[in-house]
Amino acid sequence: MTVVTKIIEVEHLNFRYPQTEGRPALSDVNLTIEQGEWVAIIGHNGSGKSTLAKSLDGLLPLTPESGIIRVAGTKLTEASVWDIRSQIGMVFQNPDNQFVGATVEDDVAFGLENIGLPREEMLTRVHAALERVRMTEFADREPARLSGGQKQRVAIAGIIALQPKIIILDESTSMLDPTGRIEVLETVRQLKEQADLTVISITHDIDEAANANRIIILDDGEIKESGTPAEIFQYGERLIELGLDVPYAERLKAALQRQGLVVPQQYLTEEGLVDWLWTLHSKM
Amino acid sequence: MAVDITFKDVAYTYQAGTPFESQALHDINLTIAEHSFTAIIGHTGSGKSTLVQHLNALLKPTSGTVTIGERKITPETNNKHLKPLRQKVGMVFQFPESQLFEETVAKDIAFGPMNFGMEATVAAKKAAEMLTLVGLPAELLERSPFDLSGGQMRRVAIAGVLAMAPEVLILDEPTAGLDPAGRREIMGMVERLHHEQHLTVVLITHRMEDVANYADHVVVMEQGTIAKVGRPQEVFQDVAWLQARQLGVPETTEFAARLQQRGFKFDQLPLTEAELAAALAPQLPREVVSQQHDE
Repeated sequence: MTVVTKIIEVEHLNFRYPQTEGRPALSDVNLTIEQGEWVAIIGHNGSGKSTLAKSLDGLLPLTPESGIIRVAGTKLTEASVWDIRSQIGMVFQNPDNQFVGATVEDDVAFGLENIGLPREEMLTRVHAALERVRMTEFADREPARLSGGQKQRVAIAGIIALQPKIIILDESTSMLDPTGRIEVLETVRQLKEQADLTVISITHDIDEAANANRIIILDDGEIKESGTPAEIFQYGERLIELGLDVPYAERLKAALQRQGLVVPQQYLTEEGLVDWLWTLHSKM
Repeated sequence: MAVDITFKDVAYTYQAGTPFESQALHDINLTIAEHSFTAIIGHTGSGKSTLVQHLNALLKPTSGTVTIGERKITPETNNKHLKPLRQKVGMVFQFPESQLFEETVAKDIAFGPMNFGMEATVAAKKAAEMLTLVGLPAELLERSPFDLSGGQMRRVAIAGVLAMAPEVLILDEPTAGLDPAGRREIMGMVERLHHEQHLTVVLITHRMEDVANYADHVVVMEQGTIAKVGRPQEVFQDVAWLQARQLGVPETTEFAARLQQRGFKFDQLPLTEAELAAALAPQLPREVVSQQHDE
């Protein structure tokens, strides 16, 4: 058995944006994420998803009274924030807002220059990172001329070149076309396996959530539920209120039910539903 | 007045006559009938956006003719006097909320009509009507558009286009970047405008579900020309052809194709869950089909 390490621990986290009244953005959030886990955080707009992600990266003005965040065993404080940030890479929603370099290669190198890496090491890491996201042939292109999916892959290369332990996807696929979305998710899936990365994805995309080991539902700043995709996807129409779509197999089950069929209660994947239908059909 | 839109042998070249020229459209022949709901699909760079910019003469063909109602647009058409046409054909670009700029929702919606000479008081009344039309409550009128949610901002932007009283509404990926609930709201609104206001709708989309659920015609663009045109039921039958073009088909159609390989029979591949469920019911044992409903 592999040793399981708690990479992120959040205890009694509370946060209210300065100068706001009403309910807080996060209230009493408790959460543990294990190294190598892929956790999807879902919830409707304004539920606190992005606030939670920002708090992990030390991007919010947290006070000691706000609660405790530990990343890889280190408590997040003003003194440790830079160290913690070096272990977390964030990919944001709009691919066009994340570029600084004139070429793809320069862009990936930007973060490494900032940490003062020797040139040789820097070149090795840039090339390795581009290789990992399959963008090597675009190394000397202008980022502006890439497709949305390619841009997000370059953004991911810039992050993995810094060798973080954790990667946070903050609605990173929501502005992409279906091909771009599949490209990015496939890239993240491979990286996670090769580099033992921990992935946190904040998402409205059912396919992205299906990739996760665990789904956490946030509602009005509180963790409402947590479970495997199979457990959460049984919620059917309720998923819409939670900011997700209803998985296709569940939608078809509902339509079959309206035709008078008795369908299985438990969640079925598409493959599972095909098998179930085929088994019935072969009894005809 | 009827606003049918017809393309005859249309071609369009960007930066014609320069070393950078590139042909974006060629051999376009197409009719978009009044009151129809046409979806335009195609890979990024296939010419979809260039095509729709001809619908209100934002672009003029490099050769050929586009006829919009009674207006003929040719390469020689003068850029003057296109205002009535632009009023008749409303265009909602991608991420239209990025074009909101006024202090209040009311002022933002009224901006277009006032630009076209409408009096302030009339335009303000119009703004209130349009807000209701896009399904937003009147109390938002005096709010800043920047305090609204993404889906609400987008509907305000669409209200600004509707305030011009167009007969044709063009939407370029109107649900991009929204969550599923926001997507449903926008598409429900578009369908309502189509049915109740009798608007002709032209929708550019990557979402084949939207094509299946809302469109009566679909145009498949590929490398600057029309690769296929027809009713969604026809176009989506050829799953392999569409997948080879990285376009995909509605989830139902793909799922039905998988069932077909396992021995299920379909006269025609269904496009929606309801159609698929209806086609499956007779192919499943009776004891499972217990309490038959009359739906």
